[in-house]
Amino acid sequence: MQKGRCVMGMNLKFFDALKFLVRKPHTVRVPYEKKEPAKRYRGIHVNDWEKCIGCGNCAKICTCQAIEMVEIPTLTPKMGATNLRPQVDYGRCSFCGQCVDVCPTGSLKLSTEYEIISSDINDFKFIPNLNRDSGPGTGWESDIESSLLDFKRVEMPERDPKERKKDFDWVLKGFSEEEAVFEAVRCLGCALCVQGCPTGMYIPEYINAIFNKDYEKSVEWMFINNPLPEVCGTICTHRCEDACVYHNRGQAVQIRYLKGFAAGKVDDYEKVVGISKKKADKKVALIGAGPASLSCAFYLRREGVDAVIYEAQKVAGGMLKLGIPRYRLPDSILSKEIDFIKKQGVEIKFGIRVGVDVTFEQLLKMYDAVFIGTGYHVGSRMGIPGDEGEGVFDAATLLRDVNLGKEVKIGKKVLVIGGGDVAMDATRTALRLGAEEVILSYRRRYVDMPASDEEKHEAEAEGVKFMTQTLPVEIVRDKNGRITKVKYVETEMVHEEGARRPKPVPKMDNVMEWEIDTVIMAIGQKPDWSFLPDEWKNKIKFDRRMNHIIVNDDMMTDVEGVFAGGDIVNPRADAISAIADGRKAALGIIKYLEIRK
Amino acid sequence: MGKIREFDFEYFIGPAHPGVTGNMSYHIWAEGDTILKIEPNLGYLHRGFEKLVEQRHWIKNFPLILRICVPEPDVNEVLLAMAVEELNEIDVPERAQYIRIIVLELARLAAYLFYFGGVAGAIGLYTIPQWTIGDRDYILDLFEELTGGRVYHIYQTIGGVRRDTPEGFEERVLKVLDYLEERLKDYDKLFFEHPLFLKRTKGIGIVDKDTALRFSVTGPNLRAAGVNYDVRKQEPYLIYDRFDFDVPDIYRDGDVYSRAMQRRLEFAESIRIIRQAIDKMPGGAVNIKIRNPFEYRVRAGSTYVKLESSKGEYGFYVVSDGGVLPYRLHVRGPSFSHGLQLVRHIAEGTNIADISMILFSLDVCPPDAER
Ligand SMILES: Cc1cc2nc3c(=O)[nH]c(=O)nc-3n(C[C@H](O)[C@H](O)[C@H](O)COP(=O)(O)OP(=O)(O)OC[C@H]3O[C@@H](n4cnc5c(N)ncnc54)[C@H](O)[C@@H]3O)c2cc1C
Ligand code: SF4
Ligand code: SF4
Repeated sequence: MQKGRCVMGMNLKFFDALKFLVRKPHTVRVPYEKKEPAKRYRGIHVNDWEKCIGCGNCAKICTCQAIEMVEIPTLTPKMGATNLRPQVDYGRCSFCGQCVDVCPTGSLKLSTEYEIISSDINDFKFIPNLNRDSGPGTGWESDIESSLLDFKRVEMPERDPKERKKDFDWVLKGFSEEEAVFEAVRCLGCALCVQGCPTGMYIPEYINAIFNKDYEKSVEWMFINNPLPEVCGTICTHRCEDACVYHNRGQAVQIRYLKGFAAGKVDDYEKVVGISKKKADKKVALIGAGPASLSCAFYLRREGVDAVIYEAQKVAGGMLKLGIPRYRLPDSILSKEIDFIKKQGVEIKFGIRVGVDVTFEQLLKMYDAVFIGTGYHVGSRMGIPGDEGEGVFDAATLLRDVNLGKEVKIGKKVLVIGGGDVAMDATRTALRLGAEEVILSYRRRYVDMPASDEEKHEAEAEGVKFMTQTLPVEIVRDKNGRITKVKYVETEMVHEEGARRPKPVPKMDNVMEWEIDTVIMAIGQKPDWSFLPDEWKNKIKFDRRMNHIIVNDDMMTDVEGVFAGGDIVNPRADAISAIADGRKAALGIIKYLEIRK
Repeated sequence: MGKIREFDFEYFIGPAHPGVTGNMSYHIWAEGDTILKIEPNLGYLHRGFEKLVEQRHWIKNFPLILRICVPEPDVNEVLLAMAVEELNEIDVPERAQYIRIIVLELARLAAYLFYFGGVAGAIGLYTIPQWTIGDRDYILDLFEELTGGRVYHIYQTIGGVRRDTPEGFEERVLKVLDYLEERLKDYDKLFFEHPLFLKRTKGIGIVDKDTALRFSVTGPNLRAAGVNYDVRKQEPYLIYDRFDFDVPDIYRDGDVYSRAMQRRLEFAESIRIIRQAIDKMPGGAVNIKIRNPFEYRVRAGSTYVKLESSKGEYGFYVVSDGGVLPYRLHVRGPSFSHGLQLVRHIAEGTNIADISMILFSLDVCPPDAER
């Protein structure tokens, strides 16, 4: 029985066998036919040099150490990039594709090409470019969803716009520790962000310390080149985030707010940073108590140099205190950090305006060096009919008065003119002062607005009405001089040959009106050089329009011993650039004083 | 066995011998055709995986650890993922769970096809390896489509799988399954019912129940010895408890024949499982975000995870000190007991012509003993 069945089954039936005769062989094909690889086949590396930023994360993840970053001298890297490009070694590579999955830009992929036939061993070690690309949608490509990286940041919790616009309390609620650590883990440590930071803060280091919940360590890293970390952690323009590798395809790490979070966790900086006991027997005068001077004075004191700041106002902080509204930067944060700077031995003489209460030349005589950090404090006006008189403010003055606690009366229907961050601050301050309707008029398009996206969004969330491509032409007043209307026209964006960006051209034939009772002009600030005697205006070198002082790498002006920094030097005009300038000037001054010794 | 005498023959088979299932060798002493003594000889493949693992971030170990086993690399990937997921208490998305089952069972099918070819080849039925290796390619094609790789898939990751299934993948899997089911009939005719096969394999290389238990034999080798133990049933991992399949319990003689037939029946069961998985697979995400591969940490602790591989029980003992690198990873491969210990016991006294077949029938994969 058993045997019979076996014999039966011994051979395939004739027809069974016949079917194999005509079947196309699946594995080996003669004559040779190239196998069509699957769509997501992991073949030869391809790298788009345009997109690649040379961050080296591909090399870092490679378990086979098959990737080496090599310098391409012919490449000029943009901000947040290097001229390194990955080189792969096919003697090592295992074609796992993890390099692709970690690549933040998505420049790297494995194409469906799989043949490298060569007798030259060097052909198997090469710097991938687009040469062997099998085309989009083929091969092992990087995409946001399947990336090993999380391109979504932890959003900073904010107060409800409807509530927050009623008062000047802080808009942000701050991270919880859990949120901060969860966000901090995203930092890959590639440090390209540092390129974006004017003062080159130790970003990966302080974020890593946050990840390890070691906030004191974190603050220690920060103070190396920034004595106002919590302030910056609240209102900085975060150029670092623009240089963050995640920014290429998604949301940058919340570098700014992480810094603020960690600095906020350390109540007593003295415990971490200490007070310098050095003595240098030199003294430096600094004009203006803005971030530039504060930073300069701090680092001078760290080296034992006496630093005396002359400040026209009764308060310290410059525009941090006088410009930035309190709902964005609470006093508690500002005074905590300024107090610590004072504790280092920095002296601030309040209410002394250089040029009025003491002359510039007196300072030069009394001190070994002088630092000028007077900022941009004169608001501009448009000069249209009706702009003189009651009900028209310039933003700088209005914000200063509000911040100094003066009573400021505005109406119910407010027009703010401008498109920068100062304009955003003016709109939102107007709301908090009781305006019922706030219109923002900007002559270019929404995308052209220099204000940061987040400021724009926040203003919109609070109910500010954006009227872009409009241009006020006349402020209409009634017989009592009170503003009733603002006449305006629309503009058209015209691209002129050779121009960098399109120009707004007013369409004058169609004049329209808004019902308005208050106008705030936020169309820019100017420096005030009146403290400089005329001969000094000639000695010190300015740019063509006298907007900025020209300095060397040590922040020294053309006049020996006179240094400058902050808004009056730096067209970037933000706090962190002022801080960077201040620190650089401090190092420059120390160098200068040593040479003179 | 008897004492080895001067004039007895001494043979070396392997490491490069068609009758050995990988880079491993056996040293054989024989009296005429009868084997007196057999000594496995390891070391040709030792790459120090367990140590290398300790020097790599968790995620970087996926492309490394799977290289322990060529015919069925996926088990290594899945085990590493399972260990991390257990220690970090990760909920793996449903869809990924089903995809994992499909991957594991497809891998089992591919490994069994290898096995059939191996045993048949060792007997001299050379058509069978041609067929099975060719048919295995259809499965590799599926893997290539799904994972981008044919042999080493590097498809698992912490919290799921790296990519979702491509368009129309499920239908193509079903087509291959249909084909394989049809092919099983051909295999039956030309192999499993072939008189040569029956004659050569019945009563040869017997591992009885007691021996099997004594030598920690697992997997189909154990089941063929009459112990119906399958990790998928007895201690279901992943989502195996959601599937309806049988652990065949017909062949229990513990000989080469039973071991091959056991796998033949299990082959059909795996097809059943895959069909159910495709049928039940929900939509949704296939992985979770680990956020930063270089900072990914695993909570301090240790775990032993195991699964039923085509060769037997395969386990990882993983220790984490809470850091970004594993503190220790130990691999428990089935081939250690099968290929090193058991072979010594059962091969002695057998005919030298049968030794390759016996080795193949145990499905020894030397690298999982040499980590
Ligand atoms: C409304 C507003 C919002 C802003 N928001 C941001 C922001 O969100 N983030 C950001 O990074 N930057 C912001 N900035 C810019 C930032 O505040 C400035 O770039 C920065 O403060 C410049 O620092 P500084 O030290 O150069 O000058 P300032 O901060 O302007 O400080 C100059 C100081 O010098 C004093 N001073 C001037 N003349 C004399 C004199 N003759 N004698 C004595 N003292 C004098 C002034 O009273 C002032 O205190 C904002 C600016 C404004 C106006
Ligand atoms: S990870 Fe991507 S962007 Fe960074 S260096 Fe490598 S290829 Fe370039
Ligand atoms: S594919 Fe894998 S092994 Fe090859 S270079 Fe990329 S990360 Fe390294």
